[in-house]
Amino acid sequence: MSIDMAQFHQVFFEESFEGLDIMEQGLLGMDGGAVDPEEVNAIFRAAHSIKGGSGTFGFTEISDFTHVMETLLDEMRDGRREATADAVNVLLQSVDVLREMLTAAQDGGSTDRERVKQQHAELERILADKEGGAEPSVLAETPVVDGAPSVELQPVGWKVVFRPHQHLMRTGNDPLRIIRELASLGELEAECDVAALPEFAEFEPEDSYLSWQLRLREPVDKAQIDDIFEWVEDDCDFAIVPIMPEGFDSENAGEETKADAAVPAQAVAATEPPVERRVGERRKQGDRRQGDRRGSGAGSAGTSSSIRVDINKIDSLINMVGELVITQSMLGMLGDDFDMSRVERLREGLTQLERHTRELQESVMQIRMVPISFSFSRFPRLVHDLSSKLGKNIELKMSGENTEVDKTVIEKIGDPLVHLVRNSLDHGIETPEERVAAGKPEMGTVHLGASHRGGNIVIEIRDDGRGLPRDKIFNKAIERGLVKPDDNLSDKDIYDLIFQPGFSTAEQVSDVSGRGVGMDVVRRNINELGGAIEIDSTPGQGSAIIIRLPLTLAILDGQTVRIGDETYIVPLVSIIESIQIHEDMLSTVAGRGETFKLREEYLPIVRMHEVFGIENPDARNLTDGILVVVEGEGRKCGLFVDDLLGQQQVVIKSLEANHRKVDGLSGATILGDGSVALILDIPGLMRLAKQRGLNAGAPLALTA
Amino acid sequence: MNDAANAVLVEEEESPGTQYLTFLLADEQYGLNILQVQEIRGWEKPTRIPNSPKYLRGVVNLRGTIVPVMDMRLRFGLPVEPYSKETVVIVVNAVCKRGVERSIGLIVDAVSDVVVANDEQIVNTPEFGSHVPTENIIGLVNQGGSMVMLLDVASLIETDVAEEDG
Repeated sequence: MSIDMAQFHQVFFEESFEGLDIMEQGLLGMDGGAVDPEEVNAIFRAAHSIKGGSGTFGFTEISDFTHVMETLLDEMRDGRREATADAVNVLLQSVDVLREMLTAAQDGGSTDRERVKQQHAELERILADKEGGAEPSVLAETPVVDGAPSVELQPVGWKVVFRPHQHLMRTGNDPLRIIRELASLGELEAECDVAALPEFAEFEPEDSYLSWQLRLREPVDKAQIDDIFEWVEDDCDFAIVPIMPEGFDSENAGEETKADAAVPAQAVAATEPPVERRVGERRKQGDRRQGDRRGSGAGSAGTSSSIRVDINKIDSLINMVGELVITQSMLGMLGDDFDMSRVERLREGLTQLERHTRELQESVMQIRMVPISFSFSRFPRLVHDLSSKLGKNIELKMSGENTEVDKTVIEKIGDPLVHLVRNSLDHGIETPEERVAAGKPEMGTVHLGASHRGGNIVIEIRDDGRGLPRDKIFNKAIERGLVKPDDNLSDKDIYDLIFQPGFSTAEQVSDVSGRGVGMDVVRRNINELGGAIEIDSTPGQGSAIIIRLPLTLAILDGQTVRIGDETYIVPLVSIIESIQIHEDMLSTVAGRGETFKLREEYLPIVRMHEVFGIENPDARNLTDGILVVVEGEGRKCGLFVDDLLGQQQVVIKSLEANHRKVDGLSGATILGDGSVALILDIPGLMRLAKQRGLNAGAPLALTA
Repeated sequence: MNDAANAVLVEEEESPGTQYLTFLLADEQYGLNILQVQEIRGWEKPTRIPNSPKYLRGVVNLRGTIVPVMDMRLRFGLPVEPYSKETVVIVVNAVCKRGVERSIGLIVDAVSDVVVANDEQIVNTPEFGSHVPTENIIGLVNQGGSMVMLLDVASLIETDVAEEDG
């Protein structure tokens, strides 16, 4: 039975993508010209792990490609080659190609071979540029070699001396399995040494007495062989010696082989010190890797996504559970023999239980939290590439990268952020000439920041460019019939227009942005996350886009409201205020139904009992109930309900898992008494009300 | 190892036939594959889902998951009767489209029995003369002189889910 390697694929891909990010960041750091050897080392290590991993998992295309990159990086690391801007650029592009290849391998898609070949050729070109390169061509043509930089010639195979300790089989390992595993790599010759076999009478069936000399006639990566022995390295002696090709230094190689064949034990002994050392190092690596694996939920084979969790978070979780158990047993003892004199103790215990439960909940939520730098890390590259493409001089500043956000938020916020940053670069920041003419520094700045504010996370994209063209947007909106020329709109209302589908004021569509596809999608994505987006802009000074997101998607602060005998939950983030209205606030706007006036604004009223068909509301008369003023997708309205019940945190449950999406509802939750309450989706509710024209033309129910 | 387990399963299914849980609805017997029955619960008032078809009485909390419950009388257009002590909710689940496993609660008059039927005993449904849509029926089986209509759980759930698309 061989180990199903597929179960490790997910981990490999995750590690590789992380490696790519490291490489990318490192390469961007080298952009300036000065090379920090530590930086190059980090890049090299990342490339090396990707190569090793892809070789192990049989993604030879990837390992071949990475190998060439690695060769180039190696020369840089040794100072044999200068990190020219050209070389760095080619390496950056190679990182992209590699990412595509990895993505394709992960999704089972196909790679763009042409592109890979081209990039391969590019790398070769740099390598062939003899200015200090050692013998790159040899390396380039022979892709799979051991990563050690000193090995410049590729062995045709490996000789492995494998001598299990007597107790190997008791550890649950089987030498045969290891040999089979080796055989799966290529043609394998095995020679068994039976010298250690005892007399039959002394024979212990569970001990292993045999040792082997194995010859693998396949130029595989040494790491692959190492990996096979990883499981048993503590329980055996082994040595791995390369077999050199015939003709090259054959004398030496032959000698070595001969010597080994003759006295295997000595060979093992001779090579032992380096092996020992390596084992030590490897173990460290192995520990780390295993730790990571454990963290990333090793059970999931490919399908479900995983998350890396800081071990500290897990520890605090375990602590918390311990506390909870103690409290529970304390309460249990109290209950065993209880009388009224101990009520005080019971109360204390319950308070403790409540505190621990809340802490536990918080810790569990913490597990899903990852720093937003996961999402931000791609922007230096983006800005670097785009600014050169656009011929602009732009600096990216980032702050608050360590702000932690729910993993789902990270996954979904990436694309909208890219879109917004592109917009800033393309439309916001002016060309250097324009900037100088406007008396601004030649270099434009885009600031990307994240911070916690209340129960929300706020992401800001701020640039010091020309700001949004207010009049242009307004004229365009009139042209498209979105607004009337005599509409009295605030600046904010006008800026909001850019979120309309297909809205663009760009005179020219570039390949960066300007098609008018996007801002509506950006807003929709953010709304789906339960967040809101706002624009602030000063002509000539720059603009800022402010995104407000809930910290987590699993829990929501809600206001429970009652209509008739039904309870609904309004997300607290969407509530502006709740008011009781007077007759003089009400009016009916022709064609727009019931409205009420709130601080110089006329807002539509959505009668919840009509929209949701609730049969017996307490209040049909607008002055009898309560209006909850809510905002969604930049529009406001008043929800007419009977009563406000209370605020509480609710755990969001999906309605779609077993049922389906229901208009006007974003999910459900379970209340303290075990019953189900539905959570309102404010934008959806407004659409629903509009669709049904429920409040359009409805007579004012004012009887007083 | 897996093959062996499959073989056992197949054997079980083939030799004695499949077990069906039968329930009563307006004095008629219906059957559900017992492997798709998750549990049987007493009737409790669910939370109404606004703007849903009438037969969908709402959703209930089933140990932390939200499960819709539908009134089978309303679903099949049978005369409505007030719920009694016997009224139960049979929670069934099935693997639906796109490999998603879904659960739903069926409100029925009462559960009655478990019957065993193999494929030969199941006869095709007549195209007419039934208030149950044909796509929801696997077939009929004669049980002690009376007919039991075997329902297809997956299609029952799917009609509930599919209406959103239309």
